[in-house]
Amino acid sequence: MIHSLFLINNVGDLFLEKHWKSVISRSVCDYFFEAREKAGEPDNVPPVIRTPHHYLINIYRDKIFFVSVIQTEVPPLFVIEFLHRVVETFQDYFGECSETIIKDNLVIVYELLEEMLDNGFPLATESNILKELIRPPNILRSMVNTITGSSNVGETLPTGQLSTIPWRRAGVKYTNNEAYFDVVEEIDAILDKSGSTVFAEIQGVIEACVKLSGMPDLTLSFMNPRLLDDVSFHPCVRYKRWESERVISFIPPDGNFQLMSYQISAQNLVAIPVYVKQNICFFETGSSGRLDITVGPKQTMGKTVECLVVTIHMPKVVLSVHLNATQGTYNYDLVTKILVWDIGRLNPQKLPCLKGSLSLQSGAPKPEENPSLNIDLKIQQLAISGLKVNRLDMYGEKYKPFKGVKYVTKAGKFQVRT
Amino acid sequence: MSLSYNEQSPVESGVDAALENSGGSSSIPAAFSLFSADYKKNEDLKEMLESNKESLKLEAMKRVVELIAKGKNASELFPAVVKNVASKNIELKKLVYVYLVRYAEEQQDLALLSISTFQRALKDPNQLIRASALRVLSSIRVPIIVPIMMLAIKEAATDLSPYVRKTAAHAIQKLHSLDPDQKEHLIEVIEKLLKDKSTLVAGSVVMAFEEVCPDRIDLIHKNYRKLCNLLVDVEEWGQVVIIHMLTRYARTQFLSPWREDAVFDENSEKAFYDSEDERKMDQNQPYIMDPDHRLLLRNTKPLLQSRNTAVVMAVAQLYWHLAPKPEITVVTKSLFVVLQNIATMSIHRKGMFEPFMKSFYVRSTDATHIKTLKLEILTNLANEANISTILREFQTYVKSQDKAFAAATIQAIGRCATNISEVTDTCLNGLTVVAESVVVIKKLLQTQPSQHSDIIKHMAKLFDNITVPMARASILWLMGEYCERVPKIAPDVLRKMAKSFTSEEDIVKLQTVNLAAKLYLTNSKQTKLLTQYILNLGKYDQNYDIRDRTRFIRQLIVPNEKSGALSKYARRILMAPKPAPVLQSAFKDRDRFQLGTLSHTLNSQATGYLELSDWPAVAPDQSVRNVEVIEPVKETEAPKHGKTKAAKSDEKFYSDTEEEEEEEGSSSEDSSSSSSSSSSEESGSESNSGDSNKSQSEKGSSESDSDKKKKTQKNRKILEQTSAGKNRTQKDEETVKSDSRSESEPGSGSSSSESSSESGSEQESDSDSGTDQKKNKSKPVLPSPVSKVEKKEVSLLDLDDFSPGPVTTPKSSILSPSLLSDLQGLAISPSSSALQASSPVFVPETSHELLHRMTGKGLSAQYRFTRQPCIYGNNMVSLQLTLNNGGDQALENIHISEKSFSGQTVHCFKRLEPQASVSVSMGVDFNDSTQAANFQLCTKEDEFSVSIQPAVGELLQPVSMSKLLGMNESSATVAMTPENFSSQSVSRRVLSVANLGLIPCTPENTHRFSGKTVSSGSVVLVSVSLNDADAQITVNTEKTIMASMLLRQLLTALSNSAS
Repeated sequence: MIHSLFLINNVGDLFLEKHWKSVISRSVCDYFFEAREKAGEPDNVPPVIRTPHHYLINIYRDKIFFVSVIQTEVPPLFVIEFLHRVVETFQDYFGECSETIIKDNLVIVYELLEEMLDNGFPLATESNILKELIRPPNILRSMVNTITGSSNVGETLPTGQLSTIPWRRAGVKYTNNEAYFDVVEEIDAILDKSGSTVFAEIQGVIEACVKLSGMPDLTLSFMNPRLLDDVSFHPCVRYKRWESERVISFIPPDGNFQLMSYQISAQNLVAIPVYVKQNICFFETGSSGRLDITVGPKQTMGKTVECLVVTIHMPKVVLSVHLNATQGTYNYDLVTKILVWDIGRLNPQKLPCLKGSLSLQSGAPKPEENPSLNIDLKIQQLAISGLKVNRLDMYGEKYKPFKGVKYVTKAGKFQVRT
Repeated sequence: MSLSYNEQSPVESGVDAALENSGGSSSIPAAFSLFSADYKKNEDLKEMLESNKESLKLEAMKRVVELIAKGKNASELFPAVVKNVASKNIELKKLVYVYLVRYAEEQQDLALLSISTFQRALKDPNQLIRASALRVLSSIRVPIIVPIMMLAIKEAATDLSPYVRKTAAHAIQKLHSLDPDQKEHLIEVIEKLLKDKSTLVAGSVVMAFEEVCPDRIDLIHKNYRKLCNLLVDVEEWGQVVIIHMLTRYARTQFLSPWREDAVFDENSEKAFYDSEDERKMDQNQPYIMDPDHRLLLRNTKPLLQSRNTAVVMAVAQLYWHLAPKPEITVVTKSLFVVLQNIATMSIHRKGMFEPFMKSFYVRSTDATHIKTLKLEILTNLANEANISTILREFQTYVKSQDKAFAAATIQAIGRCATNISEVTDTCLNGLTVVAESVVVIKKLLQTQPSQHSDIIKHMAKLFDNITVPMARASILWLMGEYCERVPKIAPDVLRKMAKSFTSEEDIVKLQTVNLAAKLYLTNSKQTKLLTQYILNLGKYDQNYDIRDRTRFIRQLIVPNEKSGALSKYARRILMAPKPAPVLQSAFKDRDRFQLGTLSHTLNSQATGYLELSDWPAVAPDQSVRNVEVIEPVKETEAPKHGKTKAAKSDEKFYSDTEEEEEEEGSSSEDSSSSSSSSSSEESGSESNSGDSNKSQSEKGSSESDSDKKKKTQKNRKILEQTSAGKNRTQKDEETVKSDSRSESEPGSGSSSSESSSESGSEQESDSDSGTDQKKNKSKPVLPSPVSKVEKKEVSLLDLDDFSPGPVTTPKSSILSPSLLSDLQGLAISPSSSALQASSPVFVPETSHELLHRMTGKGLSAQYRFTRQPCIYGNNMVSLQLTLNNGGDQALENIHISEKSFSGQTVHCFKRLEPQASVSVSMGVDFNDSTQAANFQLCTKEDEFSVSIQPAVGELLQPVSMSKLLGMNESSATVAMTPENFSSQSVSRRVLSVANLGLIPCTPENTHRFSGKTVSSGSVVLVSVSLNDADAQITVNTEKTIMASMLLRQLLTALSNSAS
C-alpha cells in the first residue's frame, strides 16, 4: 500500500519524509518536481504520476504537497482520501497545517504518522483514538511533562479502538452538556452573461460540536427531510434508520466533527441570492477597456447578504485598473492579475457599483474572452435550501443537554460568465 | 571547537542545554550544529543518549527523530540508541522503535541485540505493548529473524486482543515481502485469521490475503457470508479492501446477471431503458441470482453514503462490475467526486449520467486536468437531444483563456459532430478559426467531402493568416485531397507555398510536397514547373525525411525510363480514397481494467494488478460457502421416536446455526462473545438436560460423530436452497441488528445462546406426554425436497423427540418484533389458541443490582427484565444479566452453580478481561410467586450468593385477548391529577410496572391491559377507568395473591403520578 510519504512545500523544498516499508530514496521526487514544473500552477499537478518503478500520488493542501509513493496496485482514491485525512488530523492537532507548524512539531507529526499507518495500511485514523495515543501539544502539558517527567504518549490501547464505535472514547465527562449543530450550505452556480442560471446546486454540510457526557444516543430529525436525496454520513450514523425513517440516529464522536454532507441539485430549488449586472469590454484601439459591475439582491428570503466579495481573474494583458467603487474597497494585484472587490454588507437601498477603465499592454491583441466573476458571500441564519432541523432527542443518558442549531449560507463556486 | 567544548563537560553541557530549553523549543540542534565539525556532529547526541537521565535521553531521541524526518543520516548513533530499547518510558521507547525500523536494515548485527526485548514485550499483559512489539519486530527487515517473526505471528494470530491480531495480519505482509519462501506457513495463518469474527481484523487480513495469496480464492468461500455481513461495521479502509476483493471473488463465483448483452450489445442498451423489453427478456431467460450474490449487493449499498470517497468508489465499481443493469443506476448520485471513472462509465451507459449533465460544466477556475475530464464526460454524454445545449456550452469554452483547454474543446466538438451526424453542419459553421479547429475541420470534411467545397475555399483564404504548422499542414492536405473540387485555388496555394517553402516547418514541407505531387497528377499543365521547383527545393532540404519523400515522389510521378511499372499507378496511389478518421474517446479502452484502480487511472497495468476475470459460464458449487458448524451436532443426539417432526426441527436447527454465525459475526466486539456462544451450547446442554440427555444418547442412536456431521451438512445444503426466502428475511433482521450496534439488545443476547434452548426443550419434552403429535399438525408444510430428505434420514437420525411447542415459541423470541408478527401465524400453541402472545409494549430500562463490586471481589452484576419470551423455557422469565469485571484480574469460568433451583441458564465464560463487561441472558422460573430466586454466581475461585427479587408485574407476559374467563376481581380507586389523565400517561405508568399488552377499547376513559403469568399461564386483565378526578383500577385474575400485589403496585405507580 502506501510506501512512503514526502512533504514538499510550494517552493520545492522537501522537509519531511517517512517510510513505512524499506527506505525509498528521496530522488524519486524528481519525477514529481518535473511534473510540477510542467503543470505551472500547483493545482494543475496531475494527482497520479507514473515513474519507472513507483507511482506517486499527491495532493496539494495548505501550500504543501503531500506526495505518497506507491509500488503496487491500490485504489488511488484510497490513498488520496488517506492523505486528506492526514491533513485533517494535523489541523485537528495543531490548529492549522502549515510548514512551520509541522516543522515545530516534527516529533509529534512523526509519531502520528507512525500510528496512522502500519506497513502502509491505515491503522488508526479516528482523531479521538489518536488523541489518546498521542496527546495533542499544549503549553500547560509540556510544562507538566518537563516537571513530572511524564510523557504525552498514551500507555494503554484506547478503548475506542476495540469497540464497534471507534469514534467515541469511553468515560467522557462534561459539566456543561451541550450539542451544537451548524447547517452550512454553499451555493455552486454558473450564471451566464444575461444573468440566467446555467447550473446551480447546493452543497450542504452539518458540522456538529457535541460535548456530552457518557454514551448519548442522539436522534436528529428534519422538518423537510425530503429535500435531501444525496447524502453522505459520518460513520457513526446508522444508515438503515435513515433509509427507513429519514432521521439521523447516531452515537456522536466527542467534540467537533462533520455529521453529514448533502447535495441538492434540483435547479428550481436553488435560490440565487444576488444578481450581477456587468459590462466588461476591451476596445480594439487605444489598448484600454471598460468595466462596470453592479451587484443587487435577488432571492435572499429577507436576510441580509454579508461579506460580499467579487473576484476577477483579469487577462494577462491588463496592466492596471482605474476604478471607482461606491461601496467597499477594491484591490488589483499586478502580479497575479486578480482584481478583488470587497463590498461587505449588501445594502438593498443603495446598490454597490464598481466602475472605471482598464488599461492594457500596448500592442498586445485584445483578449478574446472576458474574465468571469467569482462571487463570495454569506447569509446568516438561513439555509438557502430551506432545510430545517425539527428536533434533537437524546437517549441513553439522564441529563438534559443544551442544544443549538445555526444556519449559514455561503457562496461556493459561484461564477458569473461575462 | 566542538571537541574541546564536549571534552570540558559533555554531560553537563547537555543538561544545561536541556534545562534551558525545557519549554520544548527546538533551537538546540541549530545551536549545536553551528559548533560541530561535520563528522562528529552527533557526538553530543550520543552523550545524551548514554546519560542516566530519562529526560535527557528523551530530548536526544526527539532530535534523532527530527534528523530522520528531515532525511538526514543518523545511522552512526545506532549502538547508543539501541540500548534504550528496553526503557520504561513509553515515549522514549516509541521513538527508539521509530529509529530501529528506519535503520535496522543497515545495521543488522546490532539490531539483533534488541530482539530479545521484543520477545519479552510480546508476552506483556498490555495489549498495546504486545501489538507495538510485534509491529516493530516485523518491520525490522533482517532475514535472520524470520523464524522468530514466524513464531511471533503465529502466536499473535491467536491472541485474545483483536488489536494484536490485526497487527499480526499486517505482520504477515511484512514477512512475506521479506521472505517469500514462508508463503505456505503464512497462508495457514491467513486462513486462521480469515475465520476471525472481529471487525477490526477483517480489513487487515483481507489485505494480507490480497498481497500474499490472491489466487487462493478457496480460502474465502467459508468466510464469504461473514465478510458480507461484517462489512458495515468494518473501519472504512478495510471496507475498501474487502469490497475490491469481493468484487473479484464474485466475478469468479456467480453467473453473470447481464449475460444478455454479450449477445446483442447495442440492443440491450436500448432494452435497458425500455422497461417492457426488459421484462420480456427476463421471461425468456430465467436467471435466478445466487442469494449470496444478492447478499453482497444488498450489504454494500448503504456504504454509498459513506463520507469516505474511496469507499463510495469501491461500492460503485462493485455495482458496475457485478450488479444487474437496472440496479447500476443507484451509484450515479454518489459519484460526482470521481470524474475519471465517470468518463469510462459514461461511454457505455450514457443514460446514467444524463440527468446530472450540468454538474460537469466547467468553471474557469478548475485545474486543467479537471477541465479536460469534464469535457470528456460532456462529450460522451452528448446525444441528439442535448447536443444543442452542450454545443452552446462548448462555445463558451472555445473562447477560454486557457489555450490548451480551448483546443481540447474544439477536438471535443469534432467528436460530437462525427458521432451525431445531424449537427455536423452546425459544428462546422460554429467553429471559429482557431488553429486547432482547422485540424478538426480537416477530419470532419474527410467524412463528408462532397458538399463542402465552399468551406475549403474559405480555408484557403484563411491560410495566409494561420501560423500554426499543424493547421497549415492540414489545410495543404485538404487542398491536395480535394484539389479537383477547387481547381482554381489549389495551384495558387501551391504557388504561395513554393515561395515560402524554405521557411516552413517540416510537417508543412511534407504536405507541400504531397500537394505538389497530387496537383501534378491532376493538373500537370499549370503546376508542372511549380512541382519541379518544389521537388528541387526538397531534394536539398536539411531534413532527411523530406529529402527521402521528395526522391520517392519524383520517381513516382515524373515519368522516366527507370521508374518502370510503378509510375503508372502513381495516380491511384496518391489519390486513393482514404478512410474517414474515427474520432473516439481516449477512455475507450480503459474499461478493461477494474474501475477505481491505479491501473485504470494510468491506463496501463500497475504492478500487482489483479485481473478481474470474466463471469464463469457455469456457476461453481455454491455450497462451498456453507460454513461447517461442528458443535451443534451434540444437539441432534436425540432418541428414536416417531418421524413426522424431522423436517421442521431440522429447519429450525439450520436457521439457528445460520443466524448464529451471522449474529456472532455482526455483533461480536471481542473474542469472548464469540467463544461464549459456542461454549453456551455445551454448557446449556450439560446443565439443563444433564443426566436424562446422557441416558438418552446411550440408548438412542449409536452412529459415529462424523456420520452425523455429514448428515447435518447435507441437510443444510438442501434446506438452504428451499428455504432461501426465509433465510433472507432473517438475514435482513440481522443486518438491522448489527446496524443498530447496541450490545445490550435483548435479541443479540438471546440468539447467541439459543441453540441451548433446544436442549432445554428436550428435557421438557420428557415430561410432556404424547400431546406433541397433535401440535405437529399445526406446523407449516415445507417444500417437497425436504420431506424427501427426511425420509431418507429417518433410519439414521431421528429428531422427532423435540417437542414442537417450545421449539416454536422461542423462535419468535429470537426475531425482532416485525418478523415476530409474521411468525405468529405459525406459532400458535393449541393450549392457548384464544390468547396470542404479543410482543412487549414497553421495556423498562432500569436495571437492578445483583452483586456489588465490593462484595464480588471486582465482579459486579446487574440484571434487567427484558420482557421478552424466554428462550430457555416457556414458563421462565427472561432476564438480562450484565457482568462487569471491575478488578484488575481476568476472571475465568464464570457460571451459575449446579445446585441452584429450577431451570436457569447462564453460559460459562472462559475469561472476562479486566474492565470488560458482557451481557448474557438467563431464564428463571419464579413459579408465579414473588419469592426471591437464590443462587450462586461462581467464578473459578469464588462463589457469591445472590438473589433476584422479581416485581410482580415482571411475572406476566402480554397477550391479546378476545374474551375473559371467570376469575377473581380486586379493585381500588386512586385520585389522579388532570394532567395525568391522558391515555398515554396512564398506559405508560401501568406498563412500567407490569409486562402487559395494551388492548384497544371503545370508551375513551377506560384502558385495558392483558397478560398471562409466565409460569402457569393464568390470564390477567387490568382495567383502569378514569372518572372525574380519580381512577378505578380493576385486576382480574385467578390468582388472588397476585391480584392484590399487582393492584398495590399499580396504585403506587398511578398515585405517584398524581403527586
